Amino acid sequence: MTAQVITLASGKGGVGKTTAVANIAVALAAEGSKVVCVDGDIGLRNLDVVMGLENRIVYDIVDVIEGRCKLRQAMIRDKHLPELYLIPAAQTRDKNAVSPSDMVRICNELRPDADYVLIDSPAGIERGFRNAIAPADRVLVVTNPEVSAVRDADRVIGILEAEEKRGTALIINRLNPALVKQHDMLSAEDVLDLLGIALIGIVPEDETVIVGSNRGTPVAQDPRSRAGQAFRNIAQRVRGEEVPFLDMDKQPGLWDRLQRMRGRK
Amino acid sequence: MGWFAPKRSAASAKERLQLVLIHDRTDLTPAELILLRDEILQVISKHVDVDSSAVQFAVEHDGRSQRLVADIPLRSVTRRRAE
Repeated sequence: MTAQVITLASGKGGVGKTTAVANIAVALAAEGSKVVCVDGDIGLRNLDVVMGLENRIVYDIVDVIEGRCKLRQAMIRDKHLPELYLIPAAQTRDKNAVSPSDMVRICNELRPDADYVLIDSPAGIERGFRNAIAPADRVLVVTNPEVSAVRDADRVIGILEAEEKRGTALIINRLNPALVKQHDMLSAEDVLDLLGIALIGIVPEDETVIVGSNRGTPVAQDPRSRAGQAFRNIAQRVRGEEVPFLDMDKQPGLWDRLQRMRGRK
Repeated sequence: MGWFAPKRSAASAKERLQLVLIHDRTDLTPAELILLRDEILQVISKHVDVDSSAVQFAVEHDGRSQRLVADIPLRSVTRRRAE
């Protein structure tokens, strides 16, 4: 086994990087891959709560770097998926506690025992982002169909080009098909035309994502969630499978809604 | 947005982003672009007669690369003689 190291970055904060990491990781692990998530946002850790693992943290990534524990001890196993792990960020330290070469070293140690290492980059294009992309074999850029998010994504893509990173692909998150239809939101085609890179997924705006974060169970595990389906499709494309993109115009039908209501009870 | 609005907001977003991204990627401000245009026109005018009212000068993007596209109509010599 030699893991592929994939970093999710965005430039702008709040576009859904952490949610995307948790969901893609869950979808990959549910299909039998061994996945290690690394929270790269030192001082503002969040991947633990989104994955529902906040109560299990003993050691974090800075403890590993500073030699207070072994890498194994900082890997928290998921509650449901035995092949899914999280290495949490340190909450009481800052980004300078980690260097790009520390990240490369940790990922190299993980590579022989995993299929995928997913790194959640912090927002911005400074030290934390540089740490997160240093070990990456490929970077997935997360954006929203919205001016500031697209502009920041373009900056990130420019930096990745300068660093000669290969396989960069775009996740368009929180697309609202009704708004696109009435021409009040950039369409996926508009965003791709502006940014000029490959697409790996379009995730519709979906309230089940918030419910999933509230509970600490990513929606990729919910067969009824539209966003969950989109994240499962991204996971399949990460594995190199060809999957058609979701038809965004298809609104959930009455039957889907009834099923969903039944599921909530 | 009203019923008679000429353009929906997605079109404005795309147009504005196209310009912003060109400037972000090339580090060329609109003012610098005008300066560049004027200097290029000056040089060309030394050699040929340029119809400066019809000059088109813009940075266009093609995927992730930018190109400076200038369309500079020249006045024909025969027309100049007839004037």
